[in-house]
Amino acid sequence: MTKTLTFDPKDTIHSFITTIPEVSYGEGPLSGVTVAVKDNISTKGIETTCASRILQGYVPPYDAHVITLLKESGAAIVGKTNMDEFGMGTTTENSAFGPTLNPLDLSRVAGGSSGGSAAAVAAGLVDCSIGSDTGGSIRCPAAFCGIAGLKPTYGRVSRYGLIAYANSLEQIGPMARDVSTLSRLYAVIAGHDPRDATSIDKPYSHTPSSDIQGLKIGIPDEFFGEGVNPQVADVVRESIKTLESLGAEVVSCTMPSMKYALSAYYVTCTSEASSNLARFDGVRYGPAIETLKSWHDAYSEQRKDGFGKEVRRRIILGTFSLAAGYYGRYYQKAQTARQMVRDDFERIFRDVDVIAGPTMPDIAFRLGEKSDPLQMYLSDILTVPANLAGVPALSVPCGTVDNMPVGLQLIGRYFEDERIIDTAYAFEQEGS
Amino acid sequence: MEDRETIIGLEIHCQLDTKSKMFCGCSTDFRDNEPNTHTCPVCLGLPGSMPMVNKRAIEFALKVAKSLNCNIREESEFSRKNYFYPDLDKAYQITQYDKPLAEWGKLLIDGDDGEKEIRITRIHLEEDPGRSVHMGTTDRGKYTLVDYNRAGIPLIEIVTEPDLRSPKEARKFLNKLRATLEYLNVFDSEKEGSLRVDANISLKGSERVEVKNISSYKGVEKALTFEVTRQRNLLRRGQTIARETRHFVEARGVTTSSRSKEEENDYRYFPEPDLLPLKVASWVDAIELPELPDARRERFVTQYGVSAEHAKTLTGGLKLAEFYEQVAKEDPALAATWTADYLLGELNYRDFSIDAMPSIIFQELLVLIKSDTITDKSAVEILRLILDAVKEGKQPERPQEIVTRLGLAKSSGDQVTQMIEEVISEQPAAVADYYAGKMQALNFLVGQVMKKCRGRADPGHLNIILKENLDKKV
Repeated sequence: MTKTLTFDPKDTIHSFITTIPEVSYGEGPLSGVTVAVKDNISTKGIETTCASRILQGYVPPYDAHVITLLKESGAAIVGKTNMDEFGMGTTTENSAFGPTLNPLDLSRVAGGSSGGSAAAVAAGLVDCSIGSDTGGSIRCPAAFCGIAGLKPTYGRVSRYGLIAYANSLEQIGPMARDVSTLSRLYAVIAGHDPRDATSIDKPYSHTPSSDIQGLKIGIPDEFFGEGVNPQVADVVRESIKTLESLGAEVVSCTMPSMKYALSAYYVTCTSEASSNLARFDGVRYGPAIETLKSWHDAYSEQRKDGFGKEVRRRIILGTFSLAAGYYGRYYQKAQTARQMVRDDFERIFRDVDVIAGPTMPDIAFRLGEKSDPLQMYLSDILTVPANLAGVPALSVPCGTVDNMPVGLQLIGRYFEDERIIDTAYAFEQEGS
Repeated sequence: MEDRETIIGLEIHCQLDTKSKMFCGCSTDFRDNEPNTHTCPVCLGLPGSMPMVNKRAIEFALKVAKSLNCNIREESEFSRKNYFYPDLDKAYQITQYDKPLAEWGKLLIDGDDGEKEIRITRIHLEEDPGRSVHMGTTDRGKYTLVDYNRAGIPLIEIVTEPDLRSPKEARKFLNKLRATLEYLNVFDSEKEGSLRVDANISLKGSERVEVKNISSYKGVEKALTFEVTRQRNLLRRGQTIARETRHFVEARGVTTSSRSKEEENDYRYFPEPDLLPLKVASWVDAIELPELPDARRERFVTQYGVSAEHAKTLTGGLKLAEFYEQVAKEDPALAATWTADYLLGELNYRDFSIDAMPSIIFQELLVLIKSDTITDKSAVEILRLILDAVKEGKQPERPQEIVTRLGLAKSSGDQVTQMIEEVISEQPAAVADYYAGKMQALNFLVGQVMKKCRGRADPGHLNIILKENLDKKV
């Protein structure tokens, strides 16, 4: 039996690119729950732009697997949210359609790249949302906007229909104001999909438990090192003390591979992106290409006009690192560094169950504050290791600095998403 | 001046005869269909789509690798080959680069100097891009249309070492390879464009030239022959051969210098992140090879008593071999001669495949020949009439019907004796010449009898009877 609801949000923070005024929904575990979907996830019949002009007007003829699952669960998909173009960014300022504002302070960014999904939830416009996380794109905006966001273990959620930025790093994940809702949403979208060869058969059907008695929490020195705002560090340390009071045991540890993580991340993601984004040429979808020119000239023009500056920057970087003569020096080296990160996690997880630290080195920046791309890249330092290794990681709000939210990041072993969700739940319950 | 040795290596792309494409469920039966009707998000490369490996295609490729005696990698990998071109919808082709499915195999062929082994460097799987249709000339084309029906069709790429020493050997290699693929039931050689060949050719000591765009078996020998001649001529004139890529223009039988932007492309290969490494160990053991051409060739000799030469010809294609086995039941030797020496020639002349001759009809013909009802000459005539009918799209008559209609039945023994008597009495001069020892007179007399019976007799047989008759009268 289908019902309809009307959706007419006061979206002054510009979290949506497309809204659906009348939404039908059916029965199921999420019946009537309003869900916002990041605009890089294919929705049949609904424009999907990746916040880029090169996909303006693109209406996918098929649904991403997670969309099919959401529909089957009765969820009401109310709109497509703003993001950094093609997922490339940490603030949603790289959207071709203007940034999303932080609902807690309109002069600040919402975080990125799933800024719209986070802001819509934080502003109460929707019950929950889904985003994608390649280097922190769910956790960062969750931290900046004060909500919970999970990057699942790589492979637990199908990527079929997610417009690829970096295939070996990204996952679609749930975002909500509280951990219980996040968990309910995760249960719907997780599970095997034969159309995604990297998809793993590990459905999620867990009710969060607040019992973390005996949990061993590792605190890497590098997570609190240089570059992290000391006030943010303090808030996070306080939160970890709260976890201790609930029965957890804190162990300090070290992750030497951290110093290579950011470079390994940026070489890998830009390389994969340079290949993934090569298909955007205006011949089959998106704004039509100029056909009276030679194809080569037409492609150059189309892509120069259609892609934003940051996207072009990353495509060029990625093309360079895959180029003949450089592959060994960059891409291959990045994979070696990546293995070091995996090895570090494996080693640490022999002695601890969960790793904790700040999600972001600082609170939400002011709009326009980070104009130097490299400065911007540095803010990803705490989130990228989980993507490089494929381990699950979530951000849960744990306090404020200057009235802006601070996120506590919890990282778990492969397939122990349930455990970090429990830890977050325990923390959340204690705070309430 | 000694002609320098020719060195040839081939790179062959074959479309595997699977029902679905390499990475999606779209049908591979796209020919004769409207453009862009056999597509889906995956083979169109729509944003967000992901490849799914076609297990059948892997199986087929493993069969080929096994039959060519290759080392099959326990774990192989798919890679992306990145380049821009309108018919490549993802702007990369999923192929296999540094970890191909199989390496280091061999195929035995009848070389120019006897049997020889051609080494196979590697075999790998990849997907076909779409098809560009240029409207107008390639130089001043008004526009190009792109059809993605072909995008994603499974291809197997087979690369040989430069072991071939002549265009003829190259053709023989291809024929053997084609037969092998047919026998394995993984390839339909009759489908247009199902086989594409690039060749590397050099004269010993000179630069290598790559020839692309060869899409027929006959084309390979033509293209290479032209190239060898072109290169030899350059050397004779004291010029050097440039290292380059050339295109074969089938219609003119020549290779031309490639002016397109196919220069040194940097394909920026990296492992396909959307696919897992291919582990085939368990599959390889399960694969059973059917009887391959060489084994069948031997069996034809032992089972049917066919000559080695005939066996080679008759096993040259799967359908031909099967045809022979159907028609050989009564008299294998007769069937061999008539299939290999007569039928094939008539088929080739009309550019027909063995399908053009229904085996039932051919069997009937063989019966008529064997029972001495018709002469060899009449049999050939009947053969031609049948094939001509097929060419015109008509239903061919049964051989017996043709015999009756045209009165091709051999003259009976009595009729022949009668006619011999008549000729002997009508040609006294020739008879006298024969008795005088002029053997040509006998031939003349035979000819006269043949005329009388309008060819309904065996000249060889007549020769004997006539001689007997004449000798008797002395």
